Amino acid sequence: MTMIGWLQIGLLFACVVAAAKPLGVYMARVFSGEKTFLQPVLRPLETAFYKLSGVDPGKEQNWLAYAMAMLIFSLFGFLSLYAILRLQAVLPWNPQGFDNVPPDLAFNTAISFLTNTNWQSYVGETTMSNFTQMAGLAVHNFLSAATGIALAIAVTRAFVRSSAATLGNFWVDMTRATLYILLPLSIIVALAFVATGMPQTLLGSVDVTTLEGAKQTIAMGPMASQEAIKQLGTNGGGFLNANAAHPFENPNAVSNFLSIFSMLVISAALPITFGRMVGRDRQGWALLAGMGILLIAGVAIVYGSEAGGNPLLTALGVDPSGGNMEGKEVRFGMAMSSLFVAITTGLSCGAVNAMHDSLMPLGGLVPMFLIQLGEVLPGGVGSGLYGMIVFAILAVFIAGLMVGRTPEFLGKKIEVREMKLAMLAVLILPLVILGFSAVAAVLPSALASLANNGPHGLSEILYAYSSATGNNGSAFAGLSANTPWYNTTLGISMALGRFAYVVPVMAIAGSLAAKKKTAESAGTFPTTTPLFVGLLVGIILIVGGLQFFPALALGPIVEHFTLLAGKTF
Amino acid sequence: MSSDIAKKSLFDMSLVAAAAGDAIRKLDPRALMRNPVIFVTEVVAALVSVLFARDLVTGTGQAWFSGQIAAWLWFTVLFATFAEAVAEGRGKAQAASLRKTRTDTMAKRYADSQETGGAWASVNAAGLKVGDVVLVEAGELIPSDGEIIEGVASVNESAITGESAPVIREAGGDRSAVTGGTTVLSDWIKVRITAAAGSTFIDRMIALVEGAERQKTPNELALSVLLSGMTLIFLIAVTTLYGLAAYSGMVVSIVVLVALLVTLIPTTIGGLLSAIGIAGMDRLVRFNVLATSGRAVEAAGDVDTLLLDKTGTITFGNRMATEFVAMSGVAELDLAEALLYASLADETPEGRSIVALAKQLYGLREPVFKDTKPVIVPFAAQTRVSGIDLDGRSIRKGAIDSILKSAGIGKDQASAEFNSAVDKVARTGGTPLAVSENGRLLGIVHLKDVVKPGIRDRFNALRAMGIKTVMVTGDNPVTAAAIASEAGVDDFIAEATPEDKLAFIRKEQSGGRLIAMCGDGTNDAPALAQADVGVAMQTGTQAAREAGNMVDLDSNPTKLIEIVEIGKQLLMTRGSLTTFSIANDVAKYFAILPALFIATYPELGAMNVMKLSSPQSAILSAVIFNALIIIALIPLALRGVAYRPVGASLLLRRNLLIYGVGGLIVPFIGIKLIDMAVAFLHLA
Repeated sequence: MTMIGWLQIGLLFACVVAAAKPLGVYMARVFSGEKTFLQPVLRPLETAFYKLSGVDPGKEQNWLAYAMAMLIFSLFGFLSLYAILRLQAVLPWNPQGFDNVPPDLAFNTAISFLTNTNWQSYVGETTMSNFTQMAGLAVHNFLSAATGIALAIAVTRAFVRSSAATLGNFWVDMTRATLYILLPLSIIVALAFVATGMPQTLLGSVDVTTLEGAKQTIAMGPMASQEAIKQLGTNGGGFLNANAAHPFENPNAVSNFLSIFSMLVISAALPITFGRMVGRDRQGWALLAGMGILLIAGVAIVYGSEAGGNPLLTALGVDPSGGNMEGKEVRFGMAMSSLFVAITTGLSCGAVNAMHDSLMPLGGLVPMFLIQLGEVLPGGVGSGLYGMIVFAILAVFIAGLMVGRTPEFLGKKIEVREMKLAMLAVLILPLVILGFSAVAAVLPSALASLANNGPHGLSEILYAYSSATGNNGSAFAGLSANTPWYNTTLGISMALGRFAYVVPVMAIAGSLAAKKKTAESAGTFPTTTPLFVGLLVGIILIVGGLQFFPALALGPIVEHFTLLAGKTF
Repeated sequence: MSSDIAKKSLFDMSLVAAAAGDAIRKLDPRALMRNPVIFVTEVVAALVSVLFARDLVTGTGQAWFSGQIAAWLWFTVLFATFAEAVAEGRGKAQAASLRKTRTDTMAKRYADSQETGGAWASVNAAGLKVGDVVLVEAGELIPSDGEIIEGVASVNESAITGESAPVIREAGGDRSAVTGGTTVLSDWIKVRITAAAGSTFIDRMIALVEGAERQKTPNELALSVLLSGMTLIFLIAVTTLYGLAAYSGMVVSIVVLVALLVTLIPTTIGGLLSAIGIAGMDRLVRFNVLATSGRAVEAAGDVDTLLLDKTGTITFGNRMATEFVAMSGVAELDLAEALLYASLADETPEGRSIVALAKQLYGLREPVFKDTKPVIVPFAAQTRVSGIDLDGRSIRKGAIDSILKSAGIGKDQASAEFNSAVDKVARTGGTPLAVSENGRLLGIVHLKDVVKPGIRDRFNALRAMGIKTVMVTGDNPVTAAAIASEAGVDDFIAEATPEDKLAFIRKEQSGGRLIAMCGDGTNDAPALAQADVGVAMQTGTQAAREAGNMVDLDSNPTKLIEIVEIGKQLLMTRGSLTTFSIANDVAKYFAILPALFIATYPELGAMNVMKLSSPQSAILSAVIFNALIIIALIPLALRGVAYRPVGASLLLRRNLLIYGVGGLIVPFIGIKLIDMAVAFLHLA
């Protein structure tokens, strides 16, 4: 680790925090229906959309109606994307003449983009036409992110309101998230990406003769626009297979910095929005602090383990000062690669600028663990916030009794119903991740996909299901996932990770909104203090992470110790 | 907390013996189903027992190990049921003594419950119905709960309150309720029965202290859900480990997986949860307060506002005469004498204090009337004055307004001197009484409410806990304000009517606050019912006792404060042990995981940070620790964690440090020590 490295990391976090405040406040205004500077331009457009689709923006929905609207919207999103993928060959803008996408891959991909996961079992530049990329995938990059934000806002309103039956209108929240937040930001970021040299064209790939005289096909396409929303919406699905490690998706240090910044900024701003909307800014900062502490710890471990280099190579006389550069791009360097690794997994983004499969065992443990913690550090846009609220509810419930009152969070009593639903949500992750991993670990057809054996192979399986269930989408590589088994089970994992989690969370929101807000006093459990932040971190680690410990012990942890003992897999 | 709680040893030998028997009876899986964590433990204990039998028969060489694990798993379950049995034990003893009062009594029942002049017949008390009217005479047990409709009697209520001094019960007013099982000492009363056999106050008391009807309280239920959820999570983690381990080419023994499961699921809090709840109720019972539900005890912990009656709670209740103020032209001695005469027959504390002051300050003696017989004018609700007619002198004393009215003086006709004297008394928080003779104002008496010593500190402590105190008084606003500031309450309601109380409670509740109050009169009943914690006095009316969710057998309104503390203590104990239990998991991983995998991956020995002597010893030690910690924490569960009246932030910091951080560290030390013992004894 170097001072320069930490300065770069520090600068990035400083920029994000500086931007989170105004953005968070802006989002709070947008969703509270207050005036914003973009309103003169966007308001007519927004109204037009409502008119066109027959939505009455003044009509609010209860939690069930809100969740149902989201599910129906997602179902139609799935069907349309599946159709586009399956009919790609006959659709326009297919300069390379790609064939239709096979059913299991289409199923997997449709769910993947729908759930904001962007797990990619395919190679983008040789599978997806420009039409599919733009009308199919990029559209869902927007919509899945907007859906996440809308859900988080609905959950936020549960704490704003007292004795309320409704949580807002899904269509309105979703439209506003897209129009007022994602669209303006992605236009700015896309233009900035173009300025850094990223391609933005509707042309197909270019065949060139290289200096050595060989023929090479260079993939081209509308990358900058895709890249912007891929990062801003914590989608992570790259235009190209190499994702943000490819020079076209991430040309230089500036684009890299901007990529990290833009994937982090909305998720970091949403807790601020939460604090502003519930009328307590400090609560937003406390949640953000909890996320930040664990995220920075993750960055430090990755950076430390990667910068330390591979002891086996050091033993062979390789200079360890360069660190473990396998799978990393020299144009980003050690610090910004490590930072990207931790952030893309602390968020449920999943874009990569380095190959996670080539990380040191501990370096690989961190991204996997960050995903398993439930994607709350700070998590996907929206999903991170409501995941964090679930943890805050658990923290308040477990430790809140210690102040001699029944548990309450922001004046809302946490009772049997909330607890049942919270446990239901929390159960999904271990059930799906560990359940499918355990089956895949003994299923011959699943094992055939592994590139490595031993603990590293197990890590590949574990990572794949963690990534899918956590709606992250990054891959540990090494695993050939484009098989019917993985396409299907990973598809199911993604759907469960998103919908089976959020429906109980919405039910909690409905139940909390209906409750009266209790008054605050000196006897109330403090939820904005550093002590609470520490408690929150402890609960995330113990309740969210401990159950994965045995599995991790057999994967990256044992690999770490065996590596130290001189054995590799 | 009051010192009069019976400080019976937590582990009274006779109680422990009885509890041990109960603990074994409680192993019945049908009963244990109510406690999912311990139920799962029992199921896997049975599973390991079967595996132990198999090991014995097949001679795998593992029998000694699996046998020990099985034994300790059974101990874990037993310790949990034992904790509950011990907690119930005290209640059972109390219930047994209550039952003695319920021996078959005969009742003298009037044939016609409307016309009670008629004949009565002797019937078995068990056959009484609601609405029957019975006659109870001196020396007889009152057969069931009821309302006195005629007569007055002194009643010994020691069966319920433990207080042997008799109390007066009479028809009408707020002292008309009688309780079945108490004894009439003198006179007779006619009682209309208000409770059917089996649902009397004593029956409910028995059920409560016995815990037979114990329902899980709302928070307890929610916590059970959390614990069940965590059990399920770890069940998933451990079951899937089978597949993951198989991938790594190892066959993990089921015994070891079970050991991992049981140490990870929250057995500590799961085993102690119901004991904590029962002990909390028991603390109230020992405090002579009966809660009709555990829900009320939890609500007590949540209370934000205490509605306290001034009289008896904040002040001693007896207003004392501290000064006589004579009007100009009236000799002080004459005033004192007039007051002495007027108060001779006044048996109220105020009246007696006037007599005492007259004697003490002016050296007067009680007059002896030879020739003329004075006519005592008792206090009447209509005139609200009392006094004496003697030798053509008509002396009256009473509240200022009442005296002015009886003297025929208009409110604005009183002299400035009189008004200023009245104001002066009122401003200092006193109560002025006026004295008149034949319609002429003689002067006033300064009655002073004496605030209980130390009450100010109590209120400060409550404020630190975030609890607002509101004084309720019938006094005028000026008097109320003076006492409120002297006692240090946050707010007061002056000239309060029962409707005012009810309105205040509703207002506070709509602002999201929880209110506790106590009361005894029938007109308190609506407010008692509306309050989140309503403590009725045992001496109160039947209506009040039914409206509240707690009954204070000592009829001591100050107890409201302790009730809140007991509620908080119960919740704190639950939270602290939950945190402790969950924090324990970290150390258990470090004990068991390396032991589990070390055969295949010797490199994982690096995770054995406790340097446990062998894999088997590590697993056994973790299981033993897991069982013993339940026993070790039973006293804490029964006694409750130490309570301090400080704000939530301080409490949280303190408890998080002790039970959170402590919960992380203690098992590391405990498992290491047990491992040393296990190794020393060659158990594994």
